[in-house]
Amino acid sequence: MQSHLLLLVVFAALVSAVFAALQRENPRDQVRLGLLLFASFVGAALVAGWLMFPFPLGAR
Amino acid sequence: MAVHRPTGPQALEPATVAFVCVLGWLVPGAGHLWLRRSERGLVFLVALSAMFVLGLALEGRLFPFELSQPLVALAAAANLGSGGLYFGAWALGHGGGTVVAPSYEYGNTFLITAGLLNLLVIIDAFDTALGRK
Repeated sequence: MQSHLLLLVVFAALVSAVFAALQRENPRDQVRLGLLLFASFVGAALVAGWLMFPFPLGAR
Repeated sequence: MAVHRPTGPQALEPATVAFVCVLGWLVPGAGHLWLRRSERGLVFLVALSAMFVLGLALEGRLFPFELSQPLVALAAAANLGSGGLYFGAWALGHGGGTVVAPSYEYGNTFLITAGLLNLLVIIDAFDTALGRK
């Protein structure tokens, strides 16, 4: 598995599921929080990646 | 040991609370399953086991306790949070890690996060066993 994006998505999904199950009692609330956390994880990572895009990979 | 399984929110005996925490540490989610919180327990069991196995598949490392390297020791403590999975992988010879693998750091992240999340799950089981949730 070499796709960084896929790994990010899998990681976000698993962590979101655990946090949602921990923080909410009602299944409906758990799904809502899980989806919100998942979207936040992936969105924040994409924004951070986009912001870092102009920076060079190394000093050349 | 005869232990009383709860049917609702009520505080259990201290020995039973300790039993629930140890059970949850040995098998992620097992504490909740024992407390009849089946849905939560299954989510924890599946998600944390998957994270741990993926971490190993991504060639992550189960860190040793090296007090001379504080960050390595902290990572080892986090790994140990996976409990039975940690010892099972260790007994089977997994978790050596491949530093040159492209997915090495991802594997470490999955393994460390699985251990830390399981510690949170154990604390939740502790609160549930005490009737706080």
